[in-house]
Amino acid sequence: MKNNTLSKRLGVFAVNHPWWVLLLSLIFVGISAAGIKGLEFTNNYRVFFGEDNPQLLAFDALQNTYSKSDNVMILVEPKNGDIFTRENLQAVVELTKDSWQLPYSSRVDSISNFQHTIAQGDDLIVADLISQPLAMTDEQLQYVKQVAVNEPLLKDRLISRTGHVTGVNVTMQLPGTNPMEAMEITVVVRQMVDAFKLKHPDLTLHLSGMVMMNNAFGEASVKDNSTLIPLMYGIVLLVLIFCLRSFTATMSVILLIIFSIITALGLAIYAGIKLTPTSAMAPTIILTMAVADSVHLLVTFLHNMRLGHEKKKAMQESLRINFQPIVLTSVTTAIGFLSLNFSDAPPFRDLGNIVALGVIIALLLSVTLLPALMTLLPVRVKLKDELDNSAMKKLAAFVIKRRKALLIGNTILALVLMSFIPRNEINDEFVKYFDESIEFRRATDFLNDNLSGIYNVEISIDTGSAGGISEPAYLAKIEQFKLWLLQQPEVVHVNSITDTFKRLNKNMHGDDERWYKLPEERELAAQYLLLYEMSLPYGLDLNDQINIDKSGIRVIASMENLSTRQMLDVERRLHNWMDVNFSEYTINAASPVLMFSHIGQRNIIRMLIGSLAALVLISLILIAAFRSVKLGLISLIPNLIPAGMAFGIWGLIDGQVGLGLSVVTGMTIGIVVDDTVHFISKYRRAKVEKGLSSEEAVRYAFSTVGVALWVTSLVLVSGFVVLSTSSFLMNSGMGLMTAITIAVALIMDFLFLPPILMTLDKKRG
Amino acid sequence: MKKNVVGLLFCLLAWGCVAEEINAAAISTEQIQIEEISSEQKGLEIMQEVDKRDLGWGDMSTDMQMILKNKNGDEHVRNLRLKTLEMLDDGDKSLSIFDSPRDIKGTAFLSFTHALEADEQWLYLPALKRVKRISSSNKSGPFLGSEFAFEDLTSFELKKFKYNYLRDEVVDNVDCFVIETFPQYEHSGYTRNIVWIDKERYIPLKTDYYDRKNALLKTQTFNDYQQYLGQYWRAAKTLMANHLTGKSTTLLWENYTFRNGLTERNFDKNTLKRSR
Repeated sequence: MKNNTLSKRLGVFAVNHPWWVLLLSLIFVGISAAGIKGLEFTNNYRVFFGEDNPQLLAFDALQNTYSKSDNVMILVEPKNGDIFTRENLQAVVELTKDSWQLPYSSRVDSISNFQHTIAQGDDLIVADLISQPLAMTDEQLQYVKQVAVNEPLLKDRLISRTGHVTGVNVTMQLPGTNPMEAMEITVVVRQMVDAFKLKHPDLTLHLSGMVMMNNAFGEASVKDNSTLIPLMYGIVLLVLIFCLRSFTATMSVILLIIFSIITALGLAIYAGIKLTPTSAMAPTIILTMAVADSVHLLVTFLHNMRLGHEKKKAMQESLRINFQPIVLTSVTTAIGFLSLNFSDAPPFRDLGNIVALGVIIALLLSVTLLPALMTLLPVRVKLKDELDNSAMKKLAAFVIKRRKALLIGNTILALVLMSFIPRNEINDEFVKYFDESIEFRRATDFLNDNLSGIYNVEISIDTGSAGGISEPAYLAKIEQFKLWLLQQPEVVHVNSITDTFKRLNKNMHGDDERWYKLPEERELAAQYLLLYEMSLPYGLDLNDQINIDKSGIRVIASMENLSTRQMLDVERRLHNWMDVNFSEYTINAASPVLMFSHIGQRNIIRMLIGSLAALVLISLILIAAFRSVKLGLISLIPNLIPAGMAFGIWGLIDGQVGLGLSVVTGMTIGIVVDDTVHFISKYRRAKVEKGLSSEEAVRYAFSTVGVALWVTSLVLVSGFVVLSTSSFLMNSGMGLMTAITIAVALIMDFLFLPPILMTLDKKRG
Repeated sequence: MKKNVVGLLFCLLAWGCVAEEINAAAISTEQIQIEEISSEQKGLEIMQEVDKRDLGWGDMSTDMQMILKNKNGDEHVRNLRLKTLEMLDDGDKSLSIFDSPRDIKGTAFLSFTHALEADEQWLYLPALKRVKRISSSNKSGPFLGSEFAFEDLTSFELKKFKYNYLRDEVVDNVDCFVIETFPQYEHSGYTRNIVWIDKERYIPLKTDYYDRKNALLKTQTFNDYQQYLGQYWRAAKTLMANHLTGKSTTLLWENYTFRNGLTERNFDKNTLKRSR
């Protein structure tokens, strides 16, 4: 057999020239791992969207026509429950002034620098609403409060209706050239806020906004990597010591894992991959994946030694027996992860590629470095100290005896569980990507409870002709649109230029309330706007609401926290309304929340194709490896149904499927196949080499790989359970779902695959 | 007792060191101050020359085309006519009449600029047939929605800035002085600007604007200078690029005429209605 000669030669070389192997491995690892020094971490939410993502393109077009709307929202909550005191307003004025100093800030909006307009004779006075609060009289305080809580542009956006919470919104123009922009801003914002809190101990500040979300992606990831990875290493160490019972063997495996991780990361970074909160999970996953190969190899090796074989011989024999299944399982695992390349979100593609790379490197090191290390290091075993596999023997007996019941029972169980799949619904609520341990989540919940939330839709309505926005018919439509939006239960606030037009019209008529309505002539409207625009100070212009030739405006509707289903529902209603009422205008509605609302579905469709491709490829490989179409096809069953059953279980326990979960099937196919491969290859060896019956072959398979399968699955499940404790939902959901899938797969491999084999593959080998 | 004496000695020693350091520090700040004075003086002298060379043109008329461009590359053009009256002890008076876009055609903007106080401004709105005084601290704000702030467009007055000569530099094969200017107007949108002054003609070729957080916000370049009346240089094209937003504005100037006999009567808010 070709494989065997290759594996034999490899084994002979590795054990006879261990120093060479060690040296070459170290050089390879060293050169690759040197790439890590170029490590960059990107924490902009935009990384989740591919360059051709239609929602991203729409959003970019909007941002380039008007202005970018990335922001930090600083929420101020006074202990006395009233913003409108001299001291509290003074604090807001200071905070507004200080916020101009934040990096990349292009505009700061607050109740204090709101450009309040009043008429005074023939003059239009345009000034900050609040400028010298400490010198204000009680009447002035009262006046300012009335203006603020009744101003449509402020109410519910920068001031709560009761005046107990206010916001200072800092708009940032992120150049997008430095992946650490959000972190850079956050450091400065927090310094500013800390200094501010010392000066104003009676105020509580909360930080929300898109920039803070970007930063939360980074912080969640750092938190994960500093808590989860050590935990994972602990678990792996325990499992290895338990099943290998050899210190040197355990340490060698740990070394191999570390090498695999840094090599894969280094090579990925050479290839230009930047780490993201998702791809940063790669080390944890590689850690879990890399264990399996070494465990299979070392269990056999130590078993041979315990039987009294000489060390080198024991290793050569272990390589001979395990080489094919290890290569097979590694390749299928890599294919599974490579299927993530079908994902719409680049971080998942990166994750798939890094892990696939890590798995292949772990394979290479397992058949070269590991045998070399075992040869060089002292390995002591107690003779005949064998892992107890009597449990496996009992299990085999049970499965053989109850095969019919198991066959029917498991079929029913699988069908029942899979019938719960429709209970899942697609949901990508980016606020809920973070659990309450993350500051951004708490601040954003506070924002949602007290002002308008972080979710919004930006809508550009373009007349196509320069100056067209001053057309009375257009303005009337926009006003109608604004009112319609405000009627929607989900909408909390609408920012529309029509409110400014109405106010100016009133100002132009000596502040007569009866003139608080839209100007009725186009020239008049245009000239009011000109007058106002000419009066605005630095950073408070209207360029974020009106495009340069004044042919279109941007309306921003802020919503409360919504699920993806609700958001898509709003979007549908929005488009229906606009199709009817804005047919003569060019419409573009986009926003980050809309981008996230669509990515789940887009990704699921593409991942289905990816998983299918992986499945076909893996099945073909299995058919070739088993040299049996029948076994290859039979293996499909335990490979496929765990994913279906897991999604059914998910529908029962959670039911929220987002970006993170959409990649699980593709990812797990490669992993669950491993158990099947090991089981079927032992089963086949028993039938072909030993000429046993199906029942006997099942018994043989259980006794040879049963324990190893149980141990490796245990490592995998605990690895992904650890991941599931991540404070970042995309990772925790993916972790839990993967753990469920692998656990189900193991159960099916033990309880369902053998009955199927005994039923469908009755012929003697 | 002995301990105390030793402690006292240590204190004295330590004080000696500190005192020495303080002396050294005093000397170095003094040196820096001298250098600062000289570079401030040099900067001021250069800008005095710039100011001097541009004195005495009396009044000026010109046509201006304003081309706005956003990050998408969309463009929009505005046309206006500009009249300026040179004022010797104050900022100049200027009158802009908008010809396009059509919605604001006939709008006239009168402005009496001042170096350190807010400008006085009136706008005649033909649709309303009224002159409206604008009261605001808008010098830092954008002019007609462009990347130019009012303060970027108003006449150069020595008093507007404090100066600091930085270095000599060659820009596009022209020897330049590089001078840092610090706005003295309270509500300016800038912490400082850096101006490249042509050593030969004493005219600006380029200005970098640093916003309130002292980050580079905009760069203005002056192109196609032409000399009028044998003395006064005027650029036919200036470009303002906003580095933060990716937007830009180009101003094209045509038909410069000088000494047209304009007087303060042509810059009167009461006659603003009749300016066409």
